[in-house]
Amino acid sequence: MPKSYADLLREARTQINEVSPQEVAALAPGATTIVDVREASEWEQGHVPAASHVSRSYMEQQIEGVAPDRDQPLILYCAGGVRSLFAAQTLKEMGYTNVASMSSGFQGWKGAGLDFETPVVLSMEQKQRYSRHLLIPEVGSAGQARLLGSKALLIGAGGLGSPAALYLAAAGVGTIGLVDFDIVDLSNLQRQIVHTTERIGERKVESAKIAINALNPDVKVVAHEEMLVAANVDRIIAGYDVILDGTDTFETRYILNDAAVAAGIPVIHASVFRFEGQLTTFIPYEGPCYRCLYPTPPPPELAPGCSVAGVLGVVPGILGLLQTNEALKVLLGIGTTLAGRLVLFDALETEFTELQLRRDPACPVCSDAAVAARKAGVPLQVDGVNVEAPFLMTGSFGSFGSAS
Amino acid sequence: MSTVFIPAVLRANVGGVKSLDLQGDSIRAIVDALVERHPSLSTQLLTEGGELNRFVNVYVNGQDVRYLAGLDTPVAETDEVRLLPAMAGG
Repeated sequence: MPKSYADLLREARTQINEVSPQEVAALAPGATTIVDVREASEWEQGHVPAASHVSRSYMEQQIEGVAPDRDQPLILYCAGGVRSLFAAQTLKEMGYTNVASMSSGFQGWKGAGLDFETPVVLSMEQKQRYSRHLLIPEVGSAGQARLLGSKALLIGAGGLGSPAALYLAAAGVGTIGLVDFDIVDLSNLQRQIVHTTERIGERKVESAKIAINALNPDVKVVAHEEMLVAANVDRIIAGYDVILDGTDTFETRYILNDAAVAAGIPVIHASVFRFEGQLTTFIPYEGPCYRCLYPTPPPPELAPGCSVAGVLGVVPGILGLLQTNEALKVLLGIGTTLAGRLVLFDALETEFTELQLRRDPACPVCSDAAVAARKAGVPLQVDGVNVEAPFLMTGSFGSFGSAS
Repeated sequence: MSTVFIPAVLRANVGGVKSLDLQGDSIRAIVDALVERHPSLSTQLLTEGGELNRFVNVYVNGQDVRYLAGLDTPVAETDEVRLLPAMAGG
């Protein structure tokens, strides 16, 4: 016998528990998964805070992404409390054991004067541009909005910075800062793919800006055409969410490390030599910093830059992309970063090796004692030298040439 | 014999090979054996006082010996020892 809408609704009500908006609002955060089953256009107008969005039309396909545990309490809501009832029936069929529907839906929620959130709405063009991100549950429109509101700083627009600049721009990281004082040279183009033959002789930051904006006009490029030194580092890094270290001198690496630790900004580190590279992520106070890993820089003959030793062009390309991957995870707050792990890459063997890193309890920059000393205005010293002037301690090794 | 991986920047000092099999039951014994065979490595790896230079990290099976027992860290036959200085290039 055919069933009417009223029959179906009655049936659903006998099968599915209903809870009021007030009861939902009183739930302990995190213990229950709340899913908004309305269409995307309704979700964009506002939704229950902490709710995930899976529209009813994609329920069967996407629910496992937001609710992998079928025994975890689950509450569905729609606009008025009907669609969520039917959606809950579907989930019951799929084996969800503890699924309820919020009576009176989002209208009831708002009517009760409860708080709601309005998500950042991407433009039609942005939805198309980032559609492959939006399809990934771990990114989605909330993650994409987060990227668009994020600021990444690249130290060096060279071998590592080139792929990073392009992929960060493509990913829609809203602000990309570039620190480089160099100009584009013909010998750069074997690996520094953000630049072009046409732009030889131009400033690297300007050349990179042209490439970034050509790829994605959403991105704001901030050009810092200066050498990163102790006197300007705090000003340059201020306000950035993540920093990608693609410099080619130890002096800059130590200056950057010390300032970033003090400012609490994660630094994604990479360095390259011929067929090999090193990569790790420094998250201040959660994992080691650059000084924990390398307390002092090596003499120049033990660590020549690319202009002296050479490098296979793809090596900074690969390492720069791995840095970008780390940066995106840090910005999105997903996955596991390389904090506490150093990855070595060997292009000749196509081999990755992982080493474990530890925080140095005596680190002059990130140890508890160092933090306390900084707060007290008397930073610790390394070999009798203030850590703000790390290079005095390597003076005997002579100068470090730019290796770009 | 333990396998000792030589960083690219030091391979010229050891005839261009990537790794060497060396005898020794501690990092000190391994480093001594290495330096005995390739004396030019001495100043790269060790201070005048015979300690490890602070700019060269040494790992045993992926663990930094600075957080184990330094040069006295024991090394077993099948262990992998890796010398690793910082790299400059970007």
